[in-house]
Amino acid sequence: MQSQLPIYPEQASNFAPQVDALMLFITGICVFFAAGVTVAIVVFFFKYRRKTPDAVGITIEEDARLEALWMIVPLILSMAMFGWGAVVYVDYRNVPRDTLDIYVIGKQWMWKAQQPNGLKEINECHVPVGRNIRLILSSEDVIHDFFVPAFRVKMDVVPGHYNTMWFRPTKPGRYHFFCSQYCGTNHALMGGWVTVMEPSDYAAWLSGSAAGNANPVVAGEKLFAEKACSTCHVANGTGRSPSLNGVYGAQVLLADGSIVVADEAYIRESILQPNAKIVAGYQPLMPTFQGQLTEEQIFALIAYIKSLQSQPVPATGAGIAPPTGKR
Amino acid sequence: MSTPPTPVRELPHKHYLNATYGAGLRSWLLTTDHKRIALLYLASVTVFFFIGGVLATMIRIHLLTPGGALVTPETYNKLFTMHGVAMIFFFLIPSIPAVFGNFLIPLMIGAKDLAFPKINLLSWYIYVIGGCFVLYSFGTGGLDTGWTFYTPLSSVYSNSAVTPAVLGIFINGFSSILTGLNFIVTIHTMRAPGMTWFRLPLFVWAHYATSLVMILGTPVVAITLLLAGLERMFHLGFFNPALGGDPILFQHLFWFYSHPAVYIMILPAMGVISEIIPTFARKPIFGYAFIAGSSIAIAVIGFLVWAHHMFVTGESTYAALTFSFLSYLVAIPSAVKVFNWTSTLYKGSISWDPPMIYALGFIGLFVIGGLTGLFLACLGLDIHIHDTYFVVAHFHYIMVGGAVMGYVGGLHFWWPKITGRLYPRALSRFAAVVLFIGFNLTFFPQFILGYLGMPRRYHTYPPEFQVLNVLSTAGASILALGYLLPMSYLTWSMRYGRVAGQNPWPATGLEWKTDSPPLTENFEVTPVVTWEPYDFKNRPDLGLATGTPLPAPALGDD
Repeated sequence: MQSQLPIYPEQASNFAPQVDALMLFITGICVFFAAGVTVAIVVFFFKYRRKTPDAVGITIEEDARLEALWMIVPLILSMAMFGWGAVVYVDYRNVPRDTLDIYVIGKQWMWKAQQPNGLKEINECHVPVGRNIRLILSSEDVIHDFFVPAFRVKMDVVPGHYNTMWFRPTKPGRYHFFCSQYCGTNHALMGGWVTVMEPSDYAAWLSGSAAGNANPVVAGEKLFAEKACSTCHVANGTGRSPSLNGVYGAQVLLADGSIVVADEAYIRESILQPNAKIVAGYQPLMPTFQGQLTEEQIFALIAYIKSLQSQPVPATGAGIAPPTGKR
Repeated sequence: MSTPPTPVRELPHKHYLNATYGAGLRSWLLTTDHKRIALLYLASVTVFFFIGGVLATMIRIHLLTPGGALVTPETYNKLFTMHGVAMIFFFLIPSIPAVFGNFLIPLMIGAKDLAFPKINLLSWYIYVIGGCFVLYSFGTGGLDTGWTFYTPLSSVYSNSAVTPAVLGIFINGFSSILTGLNFIVTIHTMRAPGMTWFRLPLFVWAHYATSLVMILGTPVVAITLLLAGLERMFHLGFFNPALGGDPILFQHLFWFYSHPAVYIMILPAMGVISEIIPTFARKPIFGYAFIAGSSIAIAVIGFLVWAHHMFVTGESTYAALTFSFLSYLVAIPSAVKVFNWTSTLYKGSISWDPPMIYALGFIGLFVIGGLTGLFLACLGLDIHIHDTYFVVAHFHYIMVGGAVMGYVGGLHFWWPKITGRLYPRALSRFAAVVLFIGFNLTFFPQFILGYLGMPRRYHTYPPEFQVLNVLSTAGASILALGYLLPMSYLTWSMRYGRVAGQNPWPATGLEWKTDSPPLTENFEVTPVVTWEPYDFKNRPDLGLATGTPLPAPALGDD
């Protein structure tokens, strides 16, 4: 954004070139139609100006073929716009597997970001260039929205929901991010900078400033014991509740026969509303933790549960859908 | 009409404005005459337009500098919220239907009044009561939730006067519902002999479609805002996740009405344009049935696109694909209208009268507004431009460039019928051009701002956005002139304007076959319709070239 009157913002993610190409495509079609209609109106306006005060226009017979033509041609062109837009959107929504996960919390009127190693930032977010980054977004109060124009990415941050978004930064630099969902008095001040760094710089930055920050896995493990989760969720699967070893990312068989993937949103819901989805073979015993955990504590618990990935999957496999499941 | 052979004309002796039902003010406040109620609406929507306009002016002045030139963040948030509430719920939605629809539908179909004259008056009182609640909210702390009232900001976190505002909008909803009901019954049951459905003016078709949206959609938004109010007052958990509610539910309910509400605002304006174009091109409108049908298609499909306001809320990919597809479908009937209007001009006898200038300005602005909707309906592109100034520019092109341009064009077209007098021709053409230029200068830069990434509802912005914001503010000052001019000369003309006569343009509608201003009963004798709509050739009474030429323009001789 160096020049005085730029037309589009800097392109700094994998999505930016796709979105700008889409923009040019639609602009081209629209300019063609707008120019056509405008030229026709201007020409008719002058050419058919009323010659005498009592002159009447020449009636033109209606033509169904013409009407059909100007319904079908715009329909085809708009389906092309729809199709291309859908392809790009699906790319936005299909998160790749190997992502670097950063937790982002919005609250009136600031952003907190937490790196995988627990490092916390306020209104700043550091990411390495060339890596697929996934942001897991949650809100402590009203709806916010995380918007990085240079990356062409945006996602609402909705209280009570986990929304995720991903992107791959392609160019080191510092880029504005904004809150773009109106959230109250200082909505316009709720922004900051994403810093895209070379991977080596990022690693150095992480280790250089990590001191004094609690690792979320450690914090989560402590909470898991404090909140007495460990009394039922016994690691070897003999407890009253399913073992959580290896559950993250696995397919879970529910009491109603359906299968869900145990992602962040599922784990969060299972903590706050345990009875929403009951694992097959277990009783609905767990109390709700709604209102008893902060968003950051929930993040820590999820981080801990994710870390159990490396543990062997429980021998009984209760609750885990067989690998030949429906999906 | 450059040098009309003007006989000295006089207003009719008896008309709805001087008819006496009682004394002075009382004869207005207790009237059941649809024409007088239309003027009550005209006065009250003008008040809200003025309030909304002053707020908009303050917004544009504030945004002259990146840091904000005029007010505090709290105040800025109140300015844009109150601007939106005043303009949308109390100006745009009632403007054309409640003013022109009320005044013209009975005249156009040859009826004495609407089907339920007392309910018509009641709907105005409901509007005024709702308006008072909202003004009370504005006056006691203001409102800072955004006109969209998103929860849980509105229902839990906002410290402003939300409760009276949502009650006011809830109450006002009934005014819309009653007006829609009245129109539908009137159009079904009170058409004059010979006025078949396909002889109805397209203005009436547009209002029929609008009325369907009003009675089907308004109850949903009314109850939604009431639920948000109940959550705020009594902490019932509908939308607040801390109480087990879901904030996304609010958005579904809100947009289920508020997207179709866009069509409540634009369809009547399209109806106005469909009257002006054939009148001033002096030939039948091209594709009558397609324009009429497209109004109905817009009303129906318009109910199925609401979640395109929610592409970045995390809704499922399948829902997003469906709503994007349907949003593209709703573009087709709008395109059909534009193509048919343009074709109507071909080989016309086009006059450069002021209503025509406004109508052509409408088409230009509506085309830009409509086409930029295609950008927003596109899933891959909407992610970037959602909630930016691109959206602000897009909906102002539709609502101000479209609906308000149509409204002002309609005022110029029917002003001689409403008041019996004409306004200065050159000045009003100049005003139309000023309005068009000022509008584009105000809102076109906002498309670029949006693509550059400036989010909407920002009281302060990074300095790189300043140039475009200054352009926009400069345009707004021209735009303001474009509104003040018609307000002034139209007011002036009420007393000093040249007397218009029955049919000054001339136009083919039934409303032009009675006095200007009309009698309280509209017609001396119920008219019988024997001609097709917008037919100038078989209408000797119009005094045009292909009919039997009359020595002087038609003046009370039929």
